[in-house]
Amino acid sequence: MEIYINAVLLTLLAVTSCAIIRQRSLFGVVMLAGTYSFLMASVFVVLDAVDVAMTEAAVGAGVSTVIFLIALHLTKSREYPKPRSAVVPLFITLITGFALIWGTSTLPPFGVADAPIHEHTTPHYLDAAREKQIAANVVTAVLADYRSFDTLGETLVVFTAGIGIMMLLRVRRRRGPAGGNEGEPS
Amino acid sequence: MLLAAVLAILIAMALAVARAVKGPTTFDRMLAGNTVGTLAILFLAALGFLNGRPEWLDIGLVYALLNVISTLAVLKFFRHGDLALGPDDDGAS
Repeated sequence: MEIYINAVLLTLLAVTSCAIIRQRSLFGVVMLAGTYSFLMASVFVVLDAVDVAMTEAAVGAGVSTVIFLIALHLTKSREYPKPRSAVVPLFITLITGFALIWGTSTLPPFGVADAPIHEHTTPHYLDAAREKQIAANVVTAVLADYRSFDTLGETLVVFTAGIGIMMLLRVRRRRGPAGGNEGEPS
Repeated sequence: MLLAAVLAILIAMALAVARAVKGPTTFDRMLAGNTVGTLAILFLAALGFLNGRPEWLDIGLVYALLNVISTLAVLKFFRHGDLALGPDDDGAS
């Protein structure tokens, strides 16, 4: 069942990508890129990677839309097609794509427990966290002790995103009384 | 039952993508993108119950909040032509 859902979602992704390539209005491209991100997030959800899906939805559909809009504000929002041959870019893209597909053939099967990523340091973390009693929960021990700098960076990202959202909402709230009646002291 | 819901959501997603691809104006595309975001939330919820993991519903709520923020940013851009509109610029717009 999963494979059929993935097939539908990946077809929609391909359709969206073709539309992004053919689209000349860059506002439309930004909107289509947001659509692409949400479809990609759905693919990640089907693959049981909900946290990655959330990051994709936040960064792809949220932050990069805003960044693209800022870029469009600074430039013109229409793309002028250049009469240039697309043979070399097509060639490079095909080579990269085939290299990536070839690389997936040596990956371990999806979801196996004895993949190299699960055998390298994970047993050590599990044993050490249980022995040394760093934190009651093993997940907390890994996140807060073994990957504390990583977690610090993630917290910084979340903090920055919170500041950005607050500024986005705050200006809008201030506009209400200021726009309605100008000279009122309250 | 839930599988039927998932299939219906996928069909709705296909229709929304068709509108995003065809849509003559940018606002059609914006609405289609927003619809795809909403459908992704529904898809997450339905698939969570289908796979026996109803706690995905909480993640769906976070999705909904993110969707609001990006739409808000886009609409603010269309209204003011700028995202960094400070309190001093209020009278000018």
